[in-house]
This record gives sequence, C-alpha cells and structure tokens, in this order.
Amino acid sequence: MSELFTLIVELEDKPGQLLRVLEPIAKNGGNIVGIVHQRGKKTPLNRVPVEISFISDSKRAEKIFSELQKEVVVRSFGKIRTSTISLLLIGHIIHTDLSDTIKRIDNIEAECVELNVTMPELDRPSTAMMTISAKGVEALERALGRVKEICREKGILVIEPVNDEL
Amino acid sequence: MIKIAIIGFGTVGQGVAELLIKKKNEIEKKIGEFKVIAIADLTGAILGDFKLEDAIESRRRGKLPENREAIDVAEKEDYDVMIEVTTTKLDESGIMYMKTALRKGASVITSNKSIAVALTDLLKLAEKKSAKLLYEATVGGAMPVIRLLNSYLALCEIRSVKGILNGTCNYILTRMEEEGLPYHQVLSEAQEMGIAEANPSADVEGIDAAIKLVILANTMGITAKFEDVEREGITKITPQAFKVAMQKGYTIRLIAEVSKKYLRVSPRLVRINSPLAIKGTLNALMINTDTAGEIFVAGRGAGKFETASVILSDLYELFRTRNS
Repeated sequence: MSELFTLIVELEDKPGQLLRVLEPIAKNGGNIVGIVHQRGKKTPLNRVPVEISFISDSKRAEKIFSELQKEVVVRSFGKIRTSTISLLLIGHIIHTDLSDTIKRIDNIEAECVELNVTMPELDRPSTAMMTISAKGVEALERALGRVKEICREKGILVIEPVNDEL
Repeated sequence: MIKIAIIGFGTVGQGVAELLIKKKNEIEKKIGEFKVIAIADLTGAILGDFKLEDAIESRRRGKLPENREAIDVAEKEDYDVMIEVTTTKLDESGIMYMKTALRKGASVITSNKSIAVALTDLLKLAEKKSAKLLYEATVGGAMPVIRLLNSYLALCEIRSVKGILNGTCNYILTRMEEEGLPYHQVLSEAQEMGIAEANPSADVEGIDAAIKLVILANTMGITAKFEDVEREGITKITPQAFKVAMQKGYTIRLIAEVSKKYLRVSPRLVRINSPLAIKGTLNALMINTDTAGEIFVAGRGAGKFETASVILSDLYELFRTRNS
C-alpha cells in the first residue's frame, strides 16, 4: 500500500547537496511529490532544513530512511498524518489543566497539532481552536471521541465541524 | 364536498382560515368543493352553517360562540379531514384529537410537534383506518422536507439529514456573528422583536430543534425518542468563539443531525461558504442520499401564513386525486 511520507533533512548550503538525498529515494522507487527549502530557518551550523515528501510503501520507505541516515542529518521522518479536524472549544480551558488535556488526547496515532487560545477576561470562559491530526479517518474519530470525553469531564463545550469526511 | 374541521384557532388556525377565504377559488379548482363545518379551541367552538370571517371576528373579540369542548367536536361531528393546529403541549391533548379523528377514519393534517412522541402509533392507526396523517408543517415551516423524504426521495437511501431547524437560534447566532455582540444582548433584542419568546429555553436549549429532529428521524424509518437526542444549546456561545472560528473560515450554527450513527442537536462549525451558513430566521437542510447526491432546501421556518400555506399544501396532497 502506498502512503505519503515526509522527511526533513539538514543540508549544507552548497551545490549538489540535494542530489545526495534524492538519489536514495528515487533508486528505491519513491515518488517525490514535494521539496521545500526552509532557507529562513538556517541552523547555527549554516545548514538549510529541506522538507521532502514522497509516496512509497512502508518497507521501501524504511530502506530509504536507513540509507539517508548514512548520507545526511535527518531531522524527522514519518508518515504524513492524513486526516485533520478543527474543533472549537469554549470553557475554562487553561484552568482545567490544558497540558493534561493535550497529553490525554495525544497518542501514537493522533495528536493535537495546533492550538489557538483566546482569553477575553479573567474568570470568563476562553475559546480555543484546536486542530488534531491523525493517521487516517478512524484514528481521527477515536481521537475526537477522546476529546469529547475529556471535555465533558472538564465542562468544556466542544463544537465540531459539519462535514462529510467524518 | 370536502368537510373540514379545524381544531385549534390561534395564530396558525386563523391563518389557515384566512387563506381558505382568500384562495377559495384556486383551492376548489384543484381539489373540489370544500367547507369548514366546525372550528374548536380552548375558548369554545363554532359549528354548522357559519362564515369563516365570522369565526375569525368572534375569536379576535375573545372567544368562539358555542360552549363545546374540542374533543367533543372531534368525536361527534362529521368531517373528512381534521386540521389540527393546536400548540405543542406536553399534555398531548393534540394527539388525543388526532387519534379521535383517525379512529373515525378521517384524515389529519397537523402542525403540532407533539406528534414526535407518537408518530409511529399515529401512522399505524391511520393506515389501519385507511386514513392519512400529514404533518409537513411540523418541521421547517414552509420549507418542504417531509414530502421530499417520503415522496421525491422515496427510493433513495437517506444517509443523513442535517441542518437548521430553529429560526430563533439562527437569528441569534447570525447577529452574534455579524455584530460581535454577546449572547444575552442579542437574545433581548430578539425577544423585543418577537423572534424569541419571553421564556426562550425551548429554542435556545435546542429542545424545539430536537423535537423536529425526532419527527424527521421517524419519518426516515429511524426509531427515535426525544430522550435519544444528544442535545446542546447555544447559550454558551461567545462572541470570541465566532472570531476564532472565522480565522479558520468557519462560522457557528445550531445544527440538527440525523443518520444511522448520530441523533444530535448541537452548535457546529460551518464553513462560511457552505449553504448551511444561512443567515437570519431561515431554516435549511442538507439531505445526503446514495443516488441523488446532496439535496439542499431552505425556507421560512415559522410564521402565520408560511405555516398555513403548508397546511394547504397537505390539504392539496390529500385530495388532489379526487378532482383529476
């Protein structure tokens, strides 16, 4: 089964570096779908983070990963989380132990990837837009179930989007 | 001659009577001659040879002239169809009137949401007596939905129905979205305008929408009771919530949803470009089907003549074959 993978490597800012990364991917049958140079995020060692997305099966992806590790600094490597959902939360989000809330939502198959909290006044309910990413729709549904349960317990209102994906 | 009994003579009942006067010729051209032989409500009754204008006039001055109970009228008078437009009450008196009519073999047209607790029983009774129960006016006002599901989409699998079934909540949320005003301020405004009632809880707690959702669910063949509806109202929504939602391209609406998996009324994020992000007091529904794809309907969810017009449409449905 083909899946979408993403990896971030750190490359020296000189000609020919990208090729060292692309070759192992191409050689192992990975189909490259995107390359982003993060020039604005140069490391103290003057390396440029480059994000590469490719489609492959997991077995080949593993091989690509181990070959790449020999060549360059690999910062992160993983399957792209394919399903995301944005939820609006209203209530005492901070005072009900926000980090506990997030810890209980996150697990191996899903995680809270974005949280935008607005706090109007002291002691008034705050509002947050939470985005959760998961490996697939089913994992996302399970994560959503966890969010609803935790928020029910903490008296936080969860507003789900209306869509047909779920 | 179609003999009609009207039970309940408040806003909707009088609206029906007014339309029957105003549109007499058009109606008779479509379904043949008709006559209202009895009107009854909590104030009294009017029977026999009377003019609809006089009934309206008498009711507006205080009460209907004769001292007869509505249930007595429903039992003893001879009519082909009962237009049951009493208000939705928990004592289920409306259901009693309807059962009385159906047992006699008379059909019933109703706008009374109380049928949510007894829809299946009433439909069975109607079938047994070769009568009909039509209740388009109970859900979504002038927006067509019951007949859409039962007739136009009869051979489709209805995967889900979701949308806005309470105009009051939609008005409040629209104003909060557009003006950034807090809930309580908009509620007072809506009350002053007559859009929200003095005791707004049935609307803002999602009770009204949940009752309509139960009627929809049972119409779709999903057995459901009011207690089965997962329900959350709009009272906790803040102006900040709209601001935060807007940053992601969403607004907030009170959405009623029924499918095999869900039976719920709750505030939901709706894409600002979605047809469900409808504004003001309108009602709207998105129906998801297997073969017809998605169907969207919208319209006025309440109002004297809007509701009365749906009653007339049910009347037409009931008798249209007679005259063709």
